[in-house]
Amino acid sequence: MQHKHLLGLENYPAEDIQTIIDTAFSFREVLDRPIKKVPSLQGKTIVNLFFENSTRTRISFELAQKRLSADTVNFSASSSSLQKGETFKDTAQNIEAMKIDAVVMRHPAPGAPLHLTEHIDSIVINAGDGTHEHPTQAILDMTSLYEKFGYLKGLKIGIVGDISHSRVALSNIHGLKTMGAEVTLCGPATLIPPNAEELGVNVNYNLDEVIEWSDALNVLRIQRERMGGGLLPSVREYRNLFGITPERLANHKKELVIMHPGPMNRGVEIDSAVADSDQAIILDQVLNGVASRMAILYLLLGGKYEEGKN
Amino acid sequence: MNISKLSKHVVLQGGTILDPVAGTEKKGDVHIADGKIKSVGKVNAPKSAQVVDCKGLVVTHGFCDVHVHFREPGREDKETLETGSLAALAGGFTRVCVMPNTDPPLDSPESIRYTVDRSEECSIHIHPIGAITKGQDGKELTEMGAMLSEGAVAFSDDGLPVTDSGMMRNALEYATMFDIPVINHAEDLCLKKNGVMHEGTVSTHLGLPASPDITESNMVHRDLELTELTGARLHVPHVSSAKSTDHIRAMKKKNEKVTAEVTPHHLFFTDEDLVNFDTNLKVAPPIRSNKDRKALIKAVKDGTFDCIATDHAPHTIEEKEGTFDLAPFGMIGLESCYGAVNRVMVKENKMDQVALIQMLTVNPREIMGFDTGLFEEGMDAELTIFDPKESWTFSRKDIYSRSHNSPYVGQKMTGRVKHTIVKGHLTNI
Repeated sequence: MQHKHLLGLENYPAEDIQTIIDTAFSFREVLDRPIKKVPSLQGKTIVNLFFENSTRTRISFELAQKRLSADTVNFSASSSSLQKGETFKDTAQNIEAMKIDAVVMRHPAPGAPLHLTEHIDSIVINAGDGTHEHPTQAILDMTSLYEKFGYLKGLKIGIVGDISHSRVALSNIHGLKTMGAEVTLCGPATLIPPNAEELGVNVNYNLDEVIEWSDALNVLRIQRERMGGGLLPSVREYRNLFGITPERLANHKKELVIMHPGPMNRGVEIDSAVADSDQAIILDQVLNGVASRMAILYLLLGGKYEEGKN
Repeated sequence: MNISKLSKHVVLQGGTILDPVAGTEKKGDVHIADGKIKSVGKVNAPKSAQVVDCKGLVVTHGFCDVHVHFREPGREDKETLETGSLAALAGGFTRVCVMPNTDPPLDSPESIRYTVDRSEECSIHIHPIGAITKGQDGKELTEMGAMLSEGAVAFSDDGLPVTDSGMMRNALEYATMFDIPVINHAEDLCLKKNGVMHEGTVSTHLGLPASPDITESNMVHRDLELTELTGARLHVPHVSSAKSTDHIRAMKKKNEKVTAEVTPHHLFFTDEDLVNFDTNLKVAPPIRSNKDRKALIKAVKDGTFDCIATDHAPHTIEEKEGTFDLAPFGMIGLESCYGAVNRVMVKENKMDQVALIQMLTVNPREIMGFDTGLFEEGMDAELTIFDPKESWTFSRKDIYSRSHNSPYVGQKMTGRVKHTIVKGHLTNI
């Protein structure tokens, strides 16, 4: 691996993404065994540093760490001394002083993981930094697409929903572009960042056209708190324009793979009938999440990182 | 840096004398007797005179900055009038105007008097700018007349815009009675929202909330129109965008009461420098695109901007050490100003040195109504001596401010201030 840390997928090397995906498939086999544990990271200590609520990502990381026999400690903002006025830097340095090997961090501020690397020597893995990046989610999404299609180059991926506030979208865009896929963003104009085309993607507000174009749709969660403000008029309006409903899909006679990073707002951005259908690979994504995170942890902590190449 | 009292006779020997009022550069000496200019050019000083060797250096008026934040009263942990004065001396500044967004703000004759009295004890000249509205809350005009009597030189709610157009009109109209500049921090807060940087490709990549250039230029345009309507004097601070620059250029063609300043950092950096989330580059208005930067450089050269102002804004390490979204807006800038603007404007963009120095000396003084004939016999010596060619790297040890929030650390500078003379003292930097 060319980088010590995994902070984001912007400028992350294609060959390393491919290595992670390939390794993830080896770990998928492990997960299918009756004894789902390997000793790869025995003796390594990883801290899961969560400054923002997360259930799925944290559990996925924790399981990945346990499957690799690493020792793990969980730290979440609600139970931490941050509320006593301790600074981010103090928290980071205190944890590192306890001799650990890696930190998996979720933080509401864009750039926080990069900031963390300035304060500590451990390996840092970004588990989501505000509206910036969520690289492990994008890697598990790509692993799932690879599993489904057998290739990424030339795939056409539509990303639907709130792009502006989505770290999942940004990391997916960078990763998919690097791997040679094409991306079209679709969502309300108020939730698509200005200059989005400069990311090397298409923007299309017409969901039916995007469905027609895409091999797979990655449907993003639409935050209910965005409704009724200045950005979106109502749930009804959103569903009419951008909801993934069986009726809408029925109008398109084509194979279409449906993805969702979770948690879903059933009945808002996606209907249950679609989410639970055969064309959805949403639960495969969850399983691939554990396998991909095992691969990332193994490759970054497993001693294959060559000093000086970063 | 050491500061010593001027001897009875001092000769600044062998330098180039840059007179920004006359717009000339000539070899010559300067004789200072009893802290006042005695003669300039050929001098006849006693043999015992203290000699400052100025070979290869330029001797000019002390720099004047119409826009700094010295945080006193209220946030003396960031800066005081004394520590701010040291930063100024290190940057060649002999005279500054402090913005009123202190705690409490300078919004009364008493607080103006406090600042004037305190500045007596400082090593440079400090002039307070009074708040436009009481408490800087945009609702009630301050007692401008009484504040002027106590020593205020201009009015501004800097840090915050006067959002209400009716209030801004009132402020400008009221200020016409005194013929002093009104300075509005132009940012449309409704458009800015929670923006922490310039909106563009870089902000999309970084996932940071951002605001577009018209956040500034819309309000600049409003202020220019209100100035036209009221006949007041408007000074536009820290212009950051190409669009604002165009509005100002157009209005200046028909209205000579408009003046404008640009900061070194908007000339030096672009939003692409934010890719490492350096909180020292979080400023308001934000560092914009390279296209904007180029437009600002052009506007410096064509005279759209009257002066360079640093918007020196100290913040503690603790505040700036946090994440980008939470860090306060502002960077310090006095110490790095000359080396940065000289590099960008004279070295890289071939601007005439005299014209640039005018933007640091005579022009800001004219805006604020200060004496400009600083080389005339009998004037208190208020001079800056710099090496226009020295290449150096700005480092932490070049900072004299109480705060260290400078993105220039590690940056290459061209030209360096060597000595500053003001209030009867010589500072060797």
